[in-house]
Amino acid sequence: MSTIVEPVPSGLTRELGGRLRDWVPALVVFVLAIALWQGLTTAFHVQTFLLPKPSDIARSFWENKSALWSAGVYTLKEAAGGFVLGSGLGILAALLLARFRVVGAALMPFAIAANAIPIIAFAPITNNWFGLLNPFSKMAIAAVLCFFPTMVNTLRGLTSVHPSSIELMRSYAAGETAVFRHVRIPNSLPFMFTGLKISAVLSMIGAIVGEYFGGPTNALGVSILNDTQLFDFPRAWAGIVLASAFGLAFYGLVVLAEHFTTSWHPSARSFSGE
Amino acid sequence: MQGGNGSGTLRKLATLLVVPVALIVLWEGYKWLWQTTGWGWPFVVNDTTMPHVYSILQAFSQPTTTGGPPLIQSLLHAAWFTMKEAIAGFLLGGVIGFGLAVLLAHVRLLERGLLPFVVGSQTVPILAIAPMVVIGLGSKGVQGWKSVAILAAWLTFFPVAINTLRGLKSPDRRAVELMQSYAASQWSILWRLRVPASLPYIFTALKISATASVIGAIIGETPASIQDGLGGAIVNFNQYYSLQPTFLWATNIICAAMGLVFFGLVVIAEHLVVRRAPENVV
Amino acid sequence: MSVDAGSKAVSIRGVSKTFRTGTTALVDIDLEVEPGEFVSLIGPSGCGKSTVLRIVGDLVQPSAGSVLVNGKPAHRARLDHDYGIVFQDAVLYDWRTVAKNVSLPLEMLGWSRARRKARVEEMLELVELRGFESSRPWQLSGGMQQRVSIARALSFDPSLLLMDEPFGALDEMTRERLNLELLQIWEKAGSTVIFVTHSIPEAVFLSTRVVVMSSRPGRIADVIPVDLPRPRGVATREDTRFFELVTAVREALAAGRVEAPPRSLATGEVY
Repeated sequence: MSTIVEPVPSGLTRELGGRLRDWVPALVVFVLAIALWQGLTTAFHVQTFLLPKPSDIARSFWENKSALWSAGVYTLKEAAGGFVLGSGLGILAALLLARFRVVGAALMPFAIAANAIPIIAFAPITNNWFGLLNPFSKMAIAAVLCFFPTMVNTLRGLTSVHPSSIELMRSYAAGETAVFRHVRIPNSLPFMFTGLKISAVLSMIGAIVGEYFGGPTNALGVSILNDTQLFDFPRAWAGIVLASAFGLAFYGLVVLAEHFTTSWHPSARSFSGE
Repeated sequence: MQGGNGSGTLRKLATLLVVPVALIVLWEGYKWLWQTTGWGWPFVVNDTTMPHVYSILQAFSQPTTTGGPPLIQSLLHAAWFTMKEAIAGFLLGGVIGFGLAVLLAHVRLLERGLLPFVVGSQTVPILAIAPMVVIGLGSKGVQGWKSVAILAAWLTFFPVAINTLRGLKSPDRRAVELMQSYAASQWSILWRLRVPASLPYIFTALKISATASVIGAIIGETPASIQDGLGGAIVNFNQYYSLQPTFLWATNIICAAMGLVFFGLVVIAEHLVVRRAPENVV
Repeated sequence: MSVDAGSKAVSIRGVSKTFRTGTTALVDIDLEVEPGEFVSLIGPSGCGKSTVLRIVGDLVQPSAGSVLVNGKPAHRARLDHDYGIVFQDAVLYDWRTVAKNVSLPLEMLGWSRARRKARVEEMLELVELRGFESSRPWQLSGGMQQRVSIARALSFDPSLLLMDEPFGALDEMTRERLNLELLQIWEKAGSTVIFVTHSIPEAVFLSTRVVVMSSRPGRIADVIPVDLPRPRGVATREDTRFFELVTAVREALAAGRVEAPPRSLATGEVY
């Protein structure tokens, strides 16, 4: 044999070290951007309603931290509820459609078309269904938003299996359940996580948009809206930054889960996240 | 896998009809069952929460104000206004996304430095910054719809940037080496190899972006108090939902149709431009 | 034709295959394989040699004719795990380690964990891959992956081994080395092998008989017994008899090709 490959144990420490180094340029850009933002807004006396200084936003966040934080957590809970509900149903639907592939193939164009619908515009309707103050009204819209990306991606993963993989299982006289367990489901995981990553971001946005059309005052979307109307822009921006941070954290959580469940995947070594 | 013959197309047409009909039957069936049994979970069903399909369709011909034009007319008007924003945002976002991808594909350090923020940009709830963008740009004399177009571009550039970057990097190493053997410049490699190779990826992104720009336009309008578009119509009819729920439903149907039309236009463009199997791209 | 099909490892009788697209892949194939034989199927692309293999494995249904494996219908034989299969791609599951890939069929057979572990070790020893148990398939070279695939196919001691161009994607040196290893494994295991290949020297080197197929429609053009002495080794390839047989197979292939019209790229082998 000409090529001898060492059995490489995935050196976690080396990997983490590499990761940290990868993040240095991003950190530099972050610091530079904040400095530039601060410098320019001060130098050119930019009005606060256009863009408050980062220092003002930070101060406002510090002064309102408990209120903003609890509002953020409230909204995050709505988003997480919608994410679990919508993605869960999406995965379930994908499994069913993959099991009955004729139906799945027939319905696929409709699922793709449904993805092209601006579902978020239906947020006022779920508000009317469940009541403005009921967190389920936001979970519902977030769930619908999460359903389609998760379903479409998972279904693609369940069905885009190498034909020989299926033939191999058939040569073992394996039933449909075993094919799912050993081939289709593991194969779908990277695809599924693509859908889940999209859903994580969408669920947070869905919850906030839902709140914009009305919700309890201790919700982040309502809080940002009120601050804008009261011209408290630093506080509004503090809320926006918090919403983004929570969205990113949610996304990061999914990436982490992906890392642990699909570390076997060849791409996991070279390309992580989107 | 694929039928490819006459009966296959017929079957496709049949499913094309069956699914909407099934959806209507499901809607009315659900409504009937929940109303007759009086189930209150997950929400109470009545003519306000779930109007009949025919009364939603009827709403299109009803005037919104006494003596005014029928709803469909004002909605189409609003749709055109919003479509303008969406198209402008789509084009702007597409160009920015493509340019950014070309930049990131060639400068590795920039890719590492900027890519996390390109991802992060999408977690910013644009709805929340919409009023500030519209007010802020308005004070500089920018018309409202242009500000909304910028918001739509914010949602549009992301899929284009990410997918184009992936596409630009997709050519096989040997394909690049072939170009280098011809002493091709970076510029020439970009336009003769990388961009053609990334076309299927770009169209995958444009399909996502088509929807995203419509969402951006609708959502951007809502908090910015721009009354002329579909977002304005949603805000408006939402206030009268308990009196006239069918108007909001009808508006949302137009929103959905607009998303589908825009998506369909990109699919047609894809068929005209990309002559290779687009399914190869996930 | 043998009267007693029950004693044959594989008995293919009057098998034809027409695909739903209307393509006639195989016409009237008859082939008997004795237990312990090593039979190669060789022919141009599109001659249906892979389809024959899949029909024996009950992965494709014949349009006409019958197939008996160990005296049983092919379907029964598949349910009984009578054969192991090796594809051109190793078809290893990325989400399983090398050891777990080899133990996959054993899991399907419900073997206990301890028994599986012992057998996996034994099989990896056989294909000289000890030390790679916990590697991922994509960390291995192509030749190593294919050895894992062979270990997996042999792990449950099937009496029949179906191999579909297993070394087709490998470089010449790796291929020759794996040919030699395969022969050693085959002599040790004593199983029957049906081996699909594109390579004339490979077919001659490995086989007890070479079945030459012609295309459009696929049928058996000639069967050439290989009387090279065993055990075969590096010297076999330099034997004059080896060259004579290679020439014989080449001529049989050429003869079968006379009436075959040129193939378009679009109609490759249909799986």
